[in-house]
Amino acid sequence: MENRLRVLRAQRNWSQQDLAERLEVSRQSVNAIETGKYDPSLPLAFRIAELFDSPIEEIFVSPSRRSSKAI
Amino acid sequence: MQVRSEASKRYNGRVIWLSLLYAGFLLIAVYGFKHALVPDTLKYVIAILPALPIIGIFAALGRYLVEEGDEYLRMLMVRQILWASGLTLSIATIWGFLDNFGLVGHADGYWLIALWFIGLGIGGLVNKLTLGDGGC
Repeated sequence: MENRLRVLRAQRNWSQQDLAERLEVSRQSVNAIETGKYDPSLPLAFRIAELFDSPIEEIFVSPSRRSSKAI
Repeated sequence: MQVRSEASKRYNGRVIWLSLLYAGFLLIAVYGFKHALVPDTLKYVIAILPALPIIGIFAALGRYLVEEGDEYLRMLMVRQILWASGLTLSIATIWGFLDNFGLVGHADGYWLIALWFIGLGIGGLVNKLTLGDGGC
């Protein structure tokens, strides 16, 4: 799933490892989410949203909204 | 970088102990049967002794999936298990038919276990190739 995780992380000068520690997941998890290779569960998506103090939809791009934009 | 979560470390520790136990039980069974030291009443027990730690490894794998708090690492292991099971069952099915029509020799059942662990390794490789760094 497309997302703004890398941008939000860069704004805070956090490495993937920094973010992983804050989320209590592995750095590989952060990498997989950032690159869109893995979609996090709803609880993890909420944890990410709460950490960045933003609504989920400001971090993750809805696949249906993305395809309707393309049309 | 290789990922080592706490659950993964515990799993590896269990697998090491179970592997040592397997080697010990196998030695006891082979030596006992070779030298006719096993009484008739214990033959079945001694014969399945080496199988128990292998079953323990499957249990350890199940426990790892329960204990692993990182959902992504858990998914990677599930993918590996699916590869291992799919590969083993496919080869067993093909071999079974070839055997049935007399085209190959009969294979001992425990080779399936070796095949399953090879499949687990292939699953790890597929994770690495398809998910890159994230595939660990």
